[in-house]
Amino acid sequence: MAQQLHVDLVAVEEKVWSGEAEMVVARTTEGELGVLPGHAPLLGQLAEPSQVRIKQAGGQQVAYDITGGFLSVGAESVTVLAESATPATPAR
Amino acid sequence: MAAQVRVLRQRIRSAKGMKKITKAMELVATSRIAKAQARVTASLPYAQAITGVLTALASNARIDHPLLTPREQVRRAGVLLVTSDRGLAGGYSSNAIRTAESLIARLTADGKEPVLYVIGRKGLTFYRFRNREIAANWTGFSEQPTFADAREVGETLISAFTAGADDTDGDAGPDGVLGIDELHIVYTEFHSLMTQNPVTKIIGPMQVEDRPRSEGLLPAYEFEPEAESLLDALLPRYINTRIYAALLESAASESAARRRAMKSATDNAEDMIEKYTREMNSARQAGITQEISEIVGGANALAASGSEV
Repeated sequence: MAQQLHVDLVAVEEKVWSGEAEMVVARTTEGELGVLPGHAPLLGQLAEPSQVRIKQAGGQQVAYDITGGFLSVGAESVTVLAESATPATPAR
Repeated sequence: MAAQVRVLRQRIRSAKGMKKITKAMELVATSRIAKAQARVTASLPYAQAITGVLTALASNARIDHPLLTPREQVRRAGVLLVTSDRGLAGGYSSNAIRTAESLIARLTADGKEPVLYVIGRKGLTFYRFRNREIAANWTGFSEQPTFADAREVGETLISAFTAGADDTDGDAGPDGVLGIDELHIVYTEFHSLMTQNPVTKIIGPMQVEDRPRSEGLLPAYEFEPEAESLLDALLPRYINTRIYAALLESAASESAARRRAMKSATDNAEDMIEKYTREMNSARQAGITQEISEIVGGANALAASGSEV
């Protein structure tokens, strides 16, 4: 089984989403990027406004619209910091 | 006699009315404490995450940012005071104001000019009444602050701090705005339901802690965009989160202080009702006794006079 990423999506007022995922897609100020397990450590500022998509095992996907966001990628975890995060209408 | 009973009955009735109000406020405050504490807990993951990101950034990049560098000469020091909007919270607001006043006295003694930023109507009235200058004030959210409120406050303070960089003695400098060179915050720390202490903290310039790390080297991070512009974007947000945390904690303290004040008010009302009820009963009894002795005395007098009743 493929390695999994531990993803935390935290907004200022609460933790929005937390769990295991296969891939995280986000758009930083430099461009769109997808994070797979084993990605090099990265700190990025997300574009304004932007959408973060979290692809879970089994093809499920959750998406959030984010303002004031940052992305921090560690060895096996991804943390998305947001000033506000609202669930986006799922694009399947 | 009957008049005295009537007065006492009136007093009991008003004490009962007051007790109902204070009891209701006590219950409301109790539920607000729990809510405020839940919000403090809910805001922790973000605070931890942003601290982690800043730590990673600081250990990978050169830290050189106006928000992190102490100014050579501090002329004007900003003081952000967090008080409540409404009263009936015991010494909550006045304790915070007293702490702010001693901080201001200390700053003035150091030759710094204090600049006041006030949150909450109580602090605002205190300084307005004394005709003291207030640089900015915000009211209406002391019990239930949102992050949007904290951001508004934070943005004002950060722009004042940035504007202070080019000030010279008594002069606003090239940008024409008198800013501040230091930023202090006075808020009330929540220890427990019974203890809340007003504290002063410095939030600008931020102090960078050099902590020896045990778990070896940190991974080399890639930055998107560059580390400097990331720091530019992150630091103001970090200050906003610090202000938000202070607001949340103050809200919890305010509710706790109000709960305690209202609890003792309710207890006092109960004591008063009991005391007045006793007085009323004895006054009523005295009235009855007097009436009986008057009747008996009257009948005896009639019998003694040998009247033909």
